[in-house]
Amino acid sequence: MRITCPICGTRDRREFYYQGAAEALHRPDPEAGEDAWDAYLHLRDNPAGRTQDLWYHEAGCGCWLVVDRDTVTHEIYGATLVEARHAD
Amino acid sequence: MIELAPASPCGDLLPLQVGDMILAELDLGSLTLVAPFAGQVEATSDALHDAHGVGFPDPGVAIRVWDTLCLWSGRAQALLAGPEPDAALASLAALTDQSDGWAVVRLSGAGATDALARLVPIDLRPGAFPPGSAARTLLGHMTVTILRDPADVAETAFTILAFRSMATTLVHELETAMRRVAARAEAG
Ligand SMILES: [Zn+2]
Repeated sequence: MRITCPICGTRDRREFYYQGAAEALHRPDPEAGEDAWDAYLHLRDNPAGRTQDLWYHEAGCGCWLVVDRDTVTHEIYGATLVEARHAD
Repeated sequence: MIELAPASPCGDLLPLQVGDMILAELDLGSLTLVAPFAGQVEATSDALHDAHGVGFPDPGVAIRVWDTLCLWSGRAQALLAGPEPDAALASLAALTDQSDGWAVVRLSGAGATDALARLVPIDLRPGAFPPGSAARTLLGHMTVTILRDPADVAETAFTILAFRSMATTLVHELETAMRRVAARAEAG
């Protein structure tokens, strides 16, 4: 399996560290309530199919990436920088 | 005051010759990590150029001007090798002296690319990784920075930087791969 890092180019899977669902980027408002925080912290969809998750290019440039991939076919559709989503 | 003699990271483990391959320790001079503050990449590049003749490298690039090497070493950071950093850089970028932090070796000779192919998961053949290329990747289980020094055009040679504490592992991994490539060549 290979992931195309927007900075380094196409690299072997062993250079990357897997973190989990990209849901972690969607932090609720502090006052959003217990249900929203419970869902954010604990509830994951675990889809059979297309999903987005966070990977760290640990043995490369050191960027956090959102990787768009398929858990059934292992196809990688693309990867984008987390940094680009949080330009503020 | 006692003057202590500096010890090199690889000590008496190097140099080493196996077949046509030579592994030797390199002294790149002063090593400074340059991490531009937010929005200051261009200004840092200009200051680097004015003071040291090299710009801030794009990802995957190593620049050399005489005794000064400037290589990309990760997201928004570069390693300045050779001179002490000019004082003008301090207001534009975080500067960290890492001179004693790295073990630096040079692997050269026929078979060098094959030896590294056993350890490194990126394509280091000349077409994919010509002089002036730099990458952060793995060597075995170890993170390293590998570059083709722009000055190394006469032969295929790789400069490899690993954390100083991993110097013995670095030499061991490389020597093992060099011996296996040489044995394979000998077996025909
Ligand atoms: Zn990368």
